[in-house]
Amino acid sequence: MMDDGNMGGLPGAPAEQKIRNFNINFGPQHPAAHGVLRMVLELDGEIVERCDPHIGLLHRGTEKLMESRTYLQNLPYFDRLDYVSPMNQEHAWCLAIERLTGTDVPRRASLIRVLYCEIGRILNHLLNITTQAMDVGALTPPLWGFEEREKLMVFYERACGARLHAAYFRPGGVHQDLPDDLIEDIFAWTETFPAALKDIEDLLTENRIFKQRNVDIGVVSQQDALDYGFSGVMVRGSGMAWDLRRAQPYECYDEMDFQIPVGKNGDCYDRYLCRVEEMRESLKIMRQCLEKLDKTKGQDVLSRGKITPPSRADMKTSMEALIHHFKLYTEGFHVPEGEIYAAVEAPKGEFGVYLVSDGTNKPYKAKLKAPGYPHLAAMDYLCRGHQLADVSAILGSLDIVFGEVDR
Amino acid sequence: MSDALIDLSQAIATAQDDALIEASIVRGELVALVSPSAVVEFVTFLKNDANCQFTTLIDITAVDYPDRERRFDVVYHFLSMTQNQRIRVKLPVREGEIVPSISEIIPAANWFEREVFDMYGILFSGHPDLRRILTDYGFRGHPLRKDFPTTGYVEVRYDEAEKRVIYEPVDLVQEYRQFDFMSPWEGAEYILPGDELAKEI
Repeated sequence: MMDDGNMGGLPGAPAEQKIRNFNINFGPQHPAAHGVLRMVLELDGEIVERCDPHIGLLHRGTEKLMESRTYLQNLPYFDRLDYVSPMNQEHAWCLAIERLTGTDVPRRASLIRVLYCEIGRILNHLLNITTQAMDVGALTPPLWGFEEREKLMVFYERACGARLHAAYFRPGGVHQDLPDDLIEDIFAWTETFPAALKDIEDLLTENRIFKQRNVDIGVVSQQDALDYGFSGVMVRGSGMAWDLRRAQPYECYDEMDFQIPVGKNGDCYDRYLCRVEEMRESLKIMRQCLEKLDKTKGQDVLSRGKITPPSRADMKTSMEALIHHFKLYTEGFHVPEGEIYAAVEAPKGEFGVYLVSDGTNKPYKAKLKAPGYPHLAAMDYLCRGHQLADVSAILGSLDIVFGEVDR
Repeated sequence: MSDALIDLSQAIATAQDDALIEASIVRGELVALVSPSAVVEFVTFLKNDANCQFTTLIDITAVDYPDRERRFDVVYHFLSMTQNQRIRVKLPVREGEIVPSISEIIPAANWFEREVFDMYGILFSGHPDLRRILTDYGFRGHPLRKDFPTTGYVEVRYDEAEKRVIYEPVDLVQEYRQFDFMSPWEGAEYILPGDELAKEI
């Protein structure tokens, strides 16, 4: 542009041309938006000057609804938050209730929970790394990754009857024991999965295009990770070995042997590498759980008490058990007055439940702390100065699912 | 209750005597009650003090107690990765009272404060961009307040005649039912259908 307003001496040319930044609307129906994200991007040429995510398009008012339902009725809402790894969410809710009521979880239930949380982690990471690859142009990894996800969902189904919305973890344990052959089948899967993971890695890790699109993109320094309240892989990718499973162990993670993979540069590529390694560590934990489950065969998977149902056999003979069952599923159990914050290391980061109880059968207030929320909040900071095409790469590596961000 | 947590709570209590109303340890969690005007100073201290280093903001939310004089509790959760400790900071706030924003010190607070504003209508002074975040464009009311009905006030549908999405007052075919299964022996506060006749007799 000519600043002096002289357009080559053409008559009728404007005295001065202004160049404005260009605003574009990304989403809400964009394949790389991972759901329903609308972003208003201000572009200077190809460079992103400002990024304003508009969220809430999937807001269902979960926290409001929870205030008018009993504790047990609220459990299935957690499957619908991060619908990529449902059981990890349920876990936080169960832990919050168990801590307020002082319930101990039987050992076998604890092992099953850890086993299924790690299955959830693999489910999540498979989806994330493969869709991230799709965002930067690769089509095959999602197809391969979803095949493995399908197998894992069958394990979900065989444990609880539902492929996705499990409602399997219950306050005081898990709903039902696993069938015997399921444990063997999961073990057989853990032996075939490394090969499948290697196939996906062969496609991506040293792939020239994948590296060009991800290395040095969306760099998060350690200070940034603290300032913006990151957790999970977003922190570990920047080189901090922070993992709630290790730092503040819950359930029986303290007896599991696993490593915490950390990245070095904090870019999208390191986060991808962290996720791949985490899947391998999850496999290790799963194997240990399966071994330990073998030794606890036949033990109860629910701590029998006020907050859990009586066994079916009891209900056939005992009137008290029948009344208890009826009362539990209508009135629900009462949780002592108080407040608690229970957090788990969900695949996306720290998922927490802040529960305020007033002593009745319904929560007075439940706040769900979704890991994706602060990650997405930093989107403006992360995208500034990047090319437009990097926006989808960064968004992919943040691991956003709108079920949990919008709640 | 760990000794480290007790030490921490005492260190905070001595250093932040003015800001702190009360510090307690409940169920192994450190809870600090702070006056709203001192929150910026208090959070700065939590972030920078060598013993605290609560650098990661986990969450900001609020709890509504309509019967209280100070109606809301604004609740902050902080995590210290170096000390491996957590703290909950609570500010009792009157309706309409303005809370100083901490987004200057901790950038992560930006969206959390927007959410609290959206859900509870609590205003934060000094916030760079206090817009609604989760609710619809042009939404009215603050949904997580206890006096906001679960059904809301408006519903949307696509109108075939006007060829656009239109907003209408909520019209339920059947009244929204709040099931209350509380046992009548344990303090349920409702009148069963027919009970009102008993007084007339």
